[in-house]
Amino acid sequence: MGCIELMDYEILLSDISFKEGREFIRRNFKDVHEVEPGYKLFDVYLIGIPPIVIGVENDHVIFPYVKPCHGTFVLKIEDREEVERLRAKR
Amino acid sequence: MNKKALLLLGCPEVPVQTCIALYLASRLKNAGMDVLVAGTDAALELLKVSDTEGHYVNAEKMMNIDKSIESLAEKRMEFDFCFVFVHNDAGISYLATIQSMSKAKLFAIIFGHDAESLAGQIDCNCEKLVAKSVHNPIPLKKKIDARIREVKRWAVSN
Repeated sequence: MGCIELMDYEILLSDISFKEGREFIRRNFKDVHEVEPGYKLFDVYLIGIPPIVIGVENDHVIFPYVKPCHGTFVLKIEDREEVERLRAKR
Repeated sequence: MNKKALLLLGCPEVPVQTCIALYLASRLKNAGMDVLVAGTDAALELLKVSDTEGHYVNAEKMMNIDKSIESLAEKRMEFDFCFVFVHNDAGISYLATIQSMSKAKLFAIIFGHDAESLAGQIDCNCEKLVAKSVHNPIPLKKKIDARIREVKRWAVSN
């Protein structure tokens, strides 16, 4: 378990498929970044079907978080460094 | 040097997962492969209790699923063959992740109530072994047996 679960996160969606999470992020956030599975965000390597999309809103990242027994969540966490790292990839 | 195989287990809520994992590990091990099993803590504990003496999988060859993803992402380990157990949407995500990070020949072992529907959603480059097994492992075992006849050839191939 990554330390994401110890962070101050907001669950935007749960009990969804990975693809539903991707569409939610694309539909609801203007600043969207595509990354490959295994992209390191905080201390975890993202799981998912490529492309994995990460939304950015102000200083928050919005991303899919997959758990083997609980499916996909869409989480929102404030972290300026991760936002800047994503924007620097472009 | 022995070929290396990874078995990646999902949530152990579907009963056949544990016995098929032990069966497959046994077949691969007997063919001369080094087998590592990654899974959730519960999935691994089920293996350890079922195989108390470690005849099929040594506890030292088990790894938490998050650690295995981390090791693959950081290129600290690689495999010749990878078998991903899929019985839910999360399993498809793990399969696609392994396909993206590893050069291993990839097999999706797809089972459970929704096996056929899940198989239809998988479009990554892998070989699918599909059976609607939930409690009875035999349909899935037959699919594995049909494919694994080649396992000794895999074990010695270049």
